[in-house]
Amino acid sequence: MPEITILSGKGGTGKTSLTAAFAHLASNHILCDLDVDAPDLHLILKPENEYLEEFFSGHEAIIDQTLCTGCGECIERCHFDAIKETPDGLVVDQLACEGCKVCVHFCPADAIEFPMRRCGQWYLSKTRFGPLVHAQLFPGEENSGLLVSLLRQQARGMAEKEGYDLILSDGAPGIGCPVISSLSGTDLAVIVTEPTPSGTHDLDRVVDLCEHFKIPVAVIINKYDINLDQVRTIENFCQDHHLNLVGKLPYDHAFTEAMVQVQTITEYQASGLADEVRKIWTRVETLARLKKAA
Amino acid sequence: MIIAIASGKGGTGKTTVAAALVKVWDRPVQAVDLDVEEPNLALYLKPELTGREISMMEIPLADQDKCTACGACSEICQFKAISVLGEYILTFPEMCHGCGGCLAVCPEGALSPDTRELGEVLWGWAGEIDFLMGRLRVGEAMSPPLMRAAKKRLDSSRDVIIDAPPGVSCPAVNAVKDTDVIVLVTEPTPFGFYDLKLAREAFTPIGAPMGVVINRTGIGDKGVYDYCHATGLPILLEIPYDRQVAEAYSRGEVIVDALPEYQNMFLELSSRIRDLADRRMKEARYA
Repeated sequence: MPEITILSGKGGTGKTSLTAAFAHLASNHILCDLDVDAPDLHLILKPENEYLEEFFSGHEAIIDQTLCTGCGECIERCHFDAIKETPDGLVVDQLACEGCKVCVHFCPADAIEFPMRRCGQWYLSKTRFGPLVHAQLFPGEENSGLLVSLLRQQARGMAEKEGYDLILSDGAPGIGCPVISSLSGTDLAVIVTEPTPSGTHDLDRVVDLCEHFKIPVAVIINKYDINLDQVRTIENFCQDHHLNLVGKLPYDHAFTEAMVQVQTITEYQASGLADEVRKIWTRVETLARLKKAA
Repeated sequence: MIIAIASGKGGTGKTTVAAALVKVWDRPVQAVDLDVEEPNLALYLKPELTGREISMMEIPLADQDKCTACGACSEICQFKAISVLGEYILTFPEMCHGCGGCLAVCPEGALSPDTRELGEVLWGWAGEIDFLMGRLRVGEAMSPPLMRAAKKRLDSSRDVIIDAPPGVSCPAVNAVKDTDVIVLVTEPTPFGFYDLKLAREAFTPIGAPMGVVINRTGIGDKGVYDYCHATGLPILLEIPYDRQVAEAYSRGEVIVDALPEYQNMFLELSSRIRDLADRRMKEARYA
């Protein structure tokens, strides 16, 4: 059962629109939206939630003003500058607190509580293209690799139990913690890039990350016709790094129009891109199965 | 005055706006790229980098001979970065947040401070523009401490324009807090709308006034406009959908240089941003 994760490094390259199209074209699969910070896949797939669970991760420090003596030991100890003196006493800035427990441990008055931190929710849903595992992190929370891992575990468990033979994930942007979690154990990373300096720069960084974790990579160039020189740079880059360039797509409003109609690009009648996207998907799927077999 | 250019999601044109804004800014300005996972502002401003500092974080180094395997360190560690297996103490530097808890609780002095590299802070000049950026080491997961290291070099004698990371989680909030104005860049599509709502929700507790730049107008739908009107979020600028903008961007050019007709538009944006900041200062005075 191969796992395919769509990545982009940079946002806005069309990663989610392509994931949705692949979801339409694939069969007997489970979908996963691993961009728990700004998940958008559900906007096209319109899932019906069947199961919801609160996601807790780590703890938060809260000072009990009735017990606090204002000694300032916690301020001294906090490496994150999270404790501030206010007219109401010492207060923990929850945006800065990392939940490390140092202040709790060293408070001489035992005045700091340390409850679990509710960070978001995750869901199992039904869509017109099969089941979807997804989540929404509450704004401002740590973009937790833990939540990403949890979604992948759920998808894997469900796939094994119910006999699905492919997991298709919309990955997180960037190269940090959530992306590292979305990559571990995946069989093929499909990187959607665009021919711009930011696009190629971020491609370079995310490929570096995939190589670091020894994940095979396929590349799709979206909006290729805005700059053919940059396209050549990307093609050369793919050759040098032995990456499979599986397709190029032109700059086309149809992606946006389809999105507004709540359709994938392959469902959208007015688009002439459907055939090309189908070809790309066939290559991606073949590659993933080959890599899995190897 | 510190201005953050943020967005609920990537690819909305945050860097395009930040680069154009610093170029037309008519007071001394520092351009700061805090999108440390994918710093791209330098690709457009093309600064000459004159300084570099490797940013390190404190992690524990264990001395097996002194350790009595009491387990106090692994008990306080909330990040599973240290554990005691039988007689042995193991550290996992990549997991460490650098809180110093284990070092502080060890009764035997078996842990000493070591460091791991987070990334680098780079600075220089793009003409008159003072430039500063952070760049996370590939494979490193912790961006807020690197952002804090970069923020130590903010120049308080200048206006500061920050290109913030995309999204609304902890790195984005870290980048926009302590700013005077938050500019949210979005696009008029269902994705843009959904992410704008998240961004407004995430940044409201910071208390800085927010305004919206709508990029690629003319495509998409009305959701973003209706939302701005309903919530009183001022629309500071609309950038029309224009293939020339995408092409200029793909060549690594700043749009106000490539397409001079956009200069007035961004000058207007800079004055609206200042109005937002001034209004807030006046409100603070009368409060």
